[in-house]
Amino acid sequence: MNKVYNNRAWWLILPMLLLVAFSAVIPLMTVVNYSVQDVFDAHTRFFTGTEWFKEMLNDPALQAAVLRQFAFSLTILAIEVPLGIGIALIMPKKGWQASAALILVTMPLLIPWNVVGSIWQIFTRGDIGLMGWSLRELGYGYNITANPVDAWATIILMDVWHWTSLIALLCYSGLRSIPDAYYQAARIDRASKWAVFRYIQLPKLTNVLVIGVLLRFMHSFMIYAEPFVLTGGGPGNSTTFLSQSLTTMAIGQQDLGPSAAFSLIYFLIILLVTWVFYTAIMNMQKDNNKGA
Amino acid sequence: MSASSLPKTPEEVRQSAAAADNRRRRKARSAPRQWRRRGLMLAYIVFVLLPIYWLLNMSFQSNTEILGGLTLWPQDFTVEHYAKILTSSSWYMGYINSITYVLMNMLISIVVALPAAYAFSRYQFIGDKHLFFWLLTNLMAPPAVFLLPYFQLYYTVGLFDTHVAVALAHCLFNIPLAVWILEGFMSGVPKEIDETAFIDGYSFPRFFVKIFIPMISSGIGVTLFFLFMFSWVELLLASTLTSTGAQPIASVMTQTKGASGIDWGTLAAAGTLTILPGIVVVYFVRNHIAKGFALGRT
Repeated sequence: MNKVYNNRAWWLILPMLLLVAFSAVIPLMTVVNYSVQDVFDAHTRFFTGTEWFKEMLNDPALQAAVLRQFAFSLTILAIEVPLGIGIALIMPKKGWQASAALILVTMPLLIPWNVVGSIWQIFTRGDIGLMGWSLRELGYGYNITANPVDAWATIILMDVWHWTSLIALLCYSGLRSIPDAYYQAARIDRASKWAVFRYIQLPKLTNVLVIGVLLRFMHSFMIYAEPFVLTGGGPGNSTTFLSQSLTTMAIGQQDLGPSAAFSLIYFLIILLVTWVFYTAIMNMQKDNNKGA
Repeated sequence: MSASSLPKTPEEVRQSAAAADNRRRRKARSAPRQWRRRGLMLAYIVFVLLPIYWLLNMSFQSNTEILGGLTLWPQDFTVEHYAKILTSSSWYMGYINSITYVLMNMLISIVVALPAAYAFSRYQFIGDKHLFFWLLTNLMAPPAVFLLPYFQLYYTVGLFDTHVAVALAHCLFNIPLAVWILEGFMSGVPKEIDETAFIDGYSFPRFFVKIFIPMISSGIGVTLFFLFMFSWVELLLASTLTSTGAQPIASVMTQTKGASGIDWGTLAAAGTLTILPGIVVVYFVRNHIAKGFALGRT
């Protein structure tokens, strides 16, 4: 769409800008402020420059948390994206079944995050949980509080349960926007199922998939409540992700300077990845406009 | 040649036989495929529902039954946990507090996001692209980063432990999200409609309220659904910014951890009740939800 150049549009933006600035810019400035100072109490503080940043970047515990975070985010993306596409392909398209499937599939997305943790805590306990009990009955010594592998597998399963629906619904809406004529043409050409998927459905999905991967990446990078309730970051530190390390440091230990520096590094990582995605989306839209 | 007329030449006989054979084969092949599709879908739905069923199952059992051994459905069916939640004000106020700040947040977000989204979808202006990216970065900001500054900021301005504090804090990610979704829906409305209305002598506010908003009403519905969803599920900020006056249900649920262990039945009942508002809301937008999940951009 051709947009009109008009700077008075700023007036329409202004209320939003003030509100977001109040809840984003002021707190962010506070974080920047803390990150370069050593705060003892309200009246005693020293300027430290980049010292906290250096310390944080060299902290082995945090480096490990960053690596775990990336491992987690990439694993769940690798599972949820193909699975979500698959679910979208087999979801019923019309009638009451379509409505029912939509509502049921959406359900996990609407459960508060700490309740998701509680649900899985109850579900996986060895004594009272269906999954934990079944696995034990089958002869596997399943224990998420002692075995890091079990804890990891459970958290990944929980995330797949929680968020695959998002990818599935995004792809479902992408698939529904494909005109019937495309499928008819494919049938006339006697295209195989795979060819239909590869050359008709997948290209239509790239747009929504980028949004889906972006949202999933962000949210998985901020994951806090679910693992906190389910495993508390344990056994040991094996499921402590970035948000939890940060919260422990900022609220638990009240280390204002280091945690502020850590916050900024954390934010910058997310910003960098997001920028890559954003540029990709914008270029794709440009290509689409050229094609149209 | 119509299909019903008898074939005359050997060539035609062969053709019609091949066609009939093809039809039969396709029918025979597609029926199992249909069933396999349904089976897989059913399997996924079972996977989604099983943990939720287990929560429901627990919520109707007494604590002695829960700890006594594994039962696949409640043996002595009880609603004591629900009764406890619905009669004790410390419990049900948690739900009321949560719903209050969610509704406040939805109202604030949609009111400021509508004009902003219109500006982004219709006009070019200095810094529009950068501004839009900056908005998106707020969507990505981890709540954990803002925890401490928020606490201090709201404490200083005297909003700590009020519903407004949580509603404003959730604006951090909900306003950018609303702008993003609405911009997608608004760009789908042809610009000629605006121009015609202005030629007809509509002022901008009147056009916006009388003509434009009704045209994107389904988009607004979907946006409200998303605002509800993200404000309802977020708990880290909500529980940090409140203590007793506006405590969300999530913090109330930590009460179930007592000295004698966890009160599983009540925890399960409270969890079940937090799922209900979501189901009610999703029912209303079920026909638009698919498009909404693509943020109006399919």
